[in-house]
Amino acid sequence: MFAIYKRELKGYFIAPIGYLFTANFLAISGLLFSICTLQRQSESSVADYFRYLIYAFAILLPLLTMKSLSEERKTKSEQLLMTSPVSVGGMIVGKYLASLTVFAAVLACNSLNFLLLERYGDPNFRLIFSSLLCLFFIGALFLAIGIFFSSLTEDTLIAAIGSIDVIFVMLAVHFLSDISISWVKKAVDWISILARYEPFTYGILDITSIIYYVTVAAVFLFLAVRVYERRRWA
Amino acid sequence: MIEFRDVYKNYGQNRALKGISFKAESGDILGFLGPNGAGKSTALNILTGYLSATAGEAYVDGISIFENPVEAKKRIGFLPELPPLYPDMKVGEYLSFVYDLKGCKLPRKQHIKEICEVVKIADVEGRLIKNLSKGYRQRVGIAQALIGNPKVLVFDEPTVGLDPKQIIEIRNLVKLLGKEHTIIISSHVLPEVQQVCSRVVVINEGSIVADEPIETLAEAVSGPRRLIAKICGPEAEVLKTLSAVSAIRSAEVIGKQDADSISYIIESDDRIDARKPLFSALAAKGFPLIGLEGVEMSLEDVFVRLVSKKEERTRGRERKAH
Repeated sequence: MFAIYKRELKGYFIAPIGYLFTANFLAISGLLFSICTLQRQSESSVADYFRYLIYAFAILLPLLTMKSLSEERKTKSEQLLMTSPVSVGGMIVGKYLASLTVFAAVLACNSLNFLLLERYGDPNFRLIFSSLLCLFFIGALFLAIGIFFSSLTEDTLIAAIGSIDVIFVMLAVHFLSDISISWVKKAVDWISILARYEPFTYGILDITSIIYYVTVAAVFLFLAVRVYERRRWA
Repeated sequence: MIEFRDVYKNYGQNRALKGISFKAESGDILGFLGPNGAGKSTALNILTGYLSATAGEAYVDGISIFENPVEAKKRIGFLPELPPLYPDMKVGEYLSFVYDLKGCKLPRKQHIKEICEVVKIADVEGRLIKNLSKGYRQRVGIAQALIGNPKVLVFDEPTVGLDPKQIIEIRNLVKLLGKEHTIIISSHVLPEVQQVCSRVVVINEGSIVADEPIETLAEAVSGPRRLIAKICGPEAEVLKTLSAVSAIRSAEVIGKQDADSISYIIESDDRIDARKPLFSALAAKGFPLIGLEGVEMSLEDVFVRLVSKKEERTRGRERKAH
């Protein structure tokens, strides 16, 4: 598994995709940061910045995972991985962890933005830290969705569009919470990625939300493994 | 070393393998011969753990590929029909990646260097795979199969798409590797299997047609020889002359080439070379022979021959038993 992780991680920076992802992520994030904080100059706007960033993740993160499995399938290099003494689970987790590492590294670089706030005001670093942590787990979930879609097809574009659609649907569920029927609201709040982000905007580290994100990510990775197993038996 | 027991594989409604069984002992170079679409690649993909079987059992060195795939895969080096390469990697990097992937314990540098020397790719170790010729890519594919020094090597059509020189080199390499490994090589080229293998399993439409030592295949293909001859002269008289030659079993017209010559297909008996008596007979009558070529036996012909030879032998054994 570690060999696959290492090769995948290196692969991101052999091809331009790693650089393009990093550049686009930092540019979009920088723009949102500037609009939401530096230009507005209020504390509450940091939460807005994070919310908008989650929407940006919906488009950016599938770009990172779209090639992970589909390209191997297209070029038949997956035959090497699947006939080597590594389990399908190990192969998928190796690829997933590589994309997660790139994302985490870029997110960490992006965090340097907040040092700017120190100059202009009195930022609540507890809130910022908890939000960043939550964003990391939301990103981890989106990457798992991307890996799942990449396992379904050998067309990288379809893998990307499929995961973007599903992520947007998962985010859009949040708008159903305006419905006045209480059990619907309760159910939506329970499954909504954005609703589960709310406690973090107050600086609260909500463990149940983190467990939720990790569990849903694990489900998508498990589904990707099942897709491979099913193909093997088909 | 390798055993397939009654393996079936269905792709939806299509049955790709219809209960095939065969064995390869240690040191065998087993040829898997069959036309395109016969089920060769499916069988090899099952053996190497890429696909699962619908039913049946497959063992590598006594380990079930279905029950203990990780252990079984450690004993196999596989070169699929399309070498599984990463074009953006250098040859050395790629082999080092495969070394890690297989969890190899041998000394890394020395092991990779030895393999590069055996398959003759030491001079391109620092080059990007995407810049290599097809022949070199095939060699890199073989090199990755050799990493970890597996007991069993499986090569799926290793010479497809190569030029004649590269084909000879790869065949010689397979023969060399056969001294230390059990090898299964699939092919739809008859002479390739004859030259390289010690046993042959012939597969057609998902069933095994024959499983024989290579000598039996040689016997089967040395049956009636067929020649195509271009002869000038009146058709009826030429046919009369040909039928008078004792080495010739039959002669038929297959078409007129030009105003003077007619093409004939000539069949002679087993192990008889009809070329000399044919030439002498035509020369005596004054009919110029302006072209003569041998007709290679098609795979279908070989299947028929092998099956009939097998039946003959079975009948012979039964008669002896009585």
